[in-house]
Amino acid sequence: MGRYLIRRLLQTVLILWVISAITFFLFWVTPANPALLICGKNCNTETIAQVNATYGFDDPLIVQYGTYMKGLVNPGGRMIGTEGSERKCPWPCFGESYQNGVPVWDSISEAFPATFWLATGAAVLWLFFGVLLGLLAALRKGKWLDKLSVGIALFGVSFPTIVFGYLLLFTFIVKLNWIPFPDTANAALFTVGPAKWLQFYILPWITLALVFAALYTRLTRANMIDTMNEDYIRTARAKGLGEGTVVFKHGLRAALTPIVTIFGLDLGGLLGGAVITEQIFSITGLGKLSIDSVLSNDLPAIMGVVLFAAVFVVVANIIVDILYAFIDPRVRLS
Amino acid sequence: MTLGVSEAQSPEGGLPADHLADTAEAKQIEGRSLGQIAWARLKKDKIAVASAIVILIIIGVAIFAPLIVKINGFPPDQFNKVDANGDPLLNTRDGGIPIGGLWGSGMSSEHWLGVEPQNGRDVFSRLVYGTRVSLLVALGGTIIAIVLGTVIGMVSGYFRGTVDTLLSRLMDIILSFPYLLFVMALTPVIADRGQDLFGIPDNNTLRMGVLMFVLGFFGWAYLARIVRGQVLSLREREFVEAARSLGAGPAYVIFRQILPNLIPTLLVYTTLLIPSYITAEAALSFLGVGIKEPTASWGRMIDDASDWIESNPLYLFFPGTALFITVLAFNLLGDSVRDALDPRAGRS
Repeated sequence: MGRYLIRRLLQTVLILWVISAITFFLFWVTPANPALLICGKNCNTETIAQVNATYGFDDPLIVQYGTYMKGLVNPGGRMIGTEGSERKCPWPCFGESYQNGVPVWDSISEAFPATFWLATGAAVLWLFFGVLLGLLAALRKGKWLDKLSVGIALFGVSFPTIVFGYLLLFTFIVKLNWIPFPDTANAALFTVGPAKWLQFYILPWITLALVFAALYTRLTRANMIDTMNEDYIRTARAKGLGEGTVVFKHGLRAALTPIVTIFGLDLGGLLGGAVITEQIFSITGLGKLSIDSVLSNDLPAIMGVVLFAAVFVVVANIIVDILYAFIDPRVRLS
Repeated sequence: MTLGVSEAQSPEGGLPADHLADTAEAKQIEGRSLGQIAWARLKKDKIAVASAIVILIIIGVAIFAPLIVKINGFPPDQFNKVDANGDPLLNTRDGGIPIGGLWGSGMSSEHWLGVEPQNGRDVFSRLVYGTRVSLLVALGGTIIAIVLGTVIGMVSGYFRGTVDTLLSRLMDIILSFPYLLFVMALTPVIADRGQDLFGIPDNNTLRMGVLMFVLGFFGWAYLARIVRGQVLSLREREFVEAARSLGAGPAYVIFRQILPNLIPTLLVYTTLLIPSYITAEAALSFLGVGIKEPTASWGRMIDDASDWIESNPLYLFFPGTALFITVLAFNLLGDSVRDALDPRAGRS
């Protein structure tokens, strides 16, 4: 177990390093002249040279990459600027935004809570409804409840988020006026209170959860039907166990094992930003940060968000693998 | 000798004519390939037939877009300010909201689905042309992903060893990339470099190519994993061994012996990829990193319409519905294809 963990951690670090390298070199070969972006309207040859010196844009790419990585690995962060006018960029240093000079890490940590609440809230919703519908469908296989669930799931899978999100926004915000129009400020639970907070997040949660709930319904149903045909289920029934015990303790537990894997990966992916949902409901989370930085050519911010999101995906992978061994005794970590 | 053979052919000792008919029938039943069986099942599946018809109509609309738009008479990029009577179409004092029609959409006998606020471009024409972008990008991306995934998966599974280790790690890395985020960040970057890289300025033809490439490039890894797993087991089968013992080289074995056995998997994966790429193209164009003005794309239309959701909700409704119906039809057909190829899997 210990050795497995160490090996997996090393693998993870390696994968993250490769991703960082690929991302860095892909994005840094853009035609956009970063110096021109930074000095904006005040650009002249002199200021451009100054900016280039400050940020090291004149250095060879490999040196720039070294500097960048130093900011990520060195616990003390790194210094930005030329001698005499240096400022400290504390760890983890993803550089400074070209647009407003704010350290990228500050923008990320500011945007993260909104994405976190959006993703986790939606995850609760889709896990609950997806598994519930899938379970009911499997237990009533071939009956109308099954057909209804399968139909709902199919519609859910086919509903593009942009269409569904705007449908909700139009119905509940524009037409019915139940919820005020979302403002760009994020609602934090402790400052606005639970009622406002729920009001702020409920539609984004549903929007984000729909596709996943549909996928989880299909998955739970398929797994549950397979599981309930297993010999040990017949054995459990033959022993005289109650149907509830058979379904939940013997059936559902086994059927949910593969779902744990997928759930971890899905949630990990979303914690890096739910771009479309955030864009529709004007939530200033990581997704909005990433699309804004892409549209404004803000390379350090793009790099930062991509790497930050990759960390979640990779870490979710490890957690899922370890969890799997605990849930399913047949899996041995080696 | 002769007797023995004829006895073996007609074990029940029936008349020669009878037994000939029997074997002919038996041969026909045995001779049906998986493809024929699946095709027969598909033709009986009402949902499959209905969704296939919808898809054919959508493809027809994409191919004949210029003709269809000629009937209606408004090119997708034409700014219409007045109708046939010379009355204004847009309320200039009100920010350019269309005049008349259901819910401020400007729908009329001339403009069947209304006009765009502000610019007055015909919504129907733009919707028709948007079909082209959606289908082209989705098909292109799917072909790239399927070809890359199949070739890399087969090479990895067939040769095993170091090649397999390297390619498998590559798949791991690609699967760890935050997919949408990366596609989003990369598309404008490559499109910007169009002039240097391909000698094409940043226009929508280039952007469509870039979208196909980026979507395909990040879509192959998952398929490659599945293909690799199947090839690992297929390569140990007797027919592969037989081919190898007859002196067949790896290329022959991979493409002539193994590839045909992968076709059901590839078919199912194709039907899954197309709708997901249609959604992805719409999402990217919606976010402003895919197709740009003036080319019509459903995602761009939805983005544009979101600004008018209160005054002209139908402008949002039409491209949204088009997108939904297209994706639904492809998903339904995909489900049916999967069922037809593997009835045990069930509609799950």
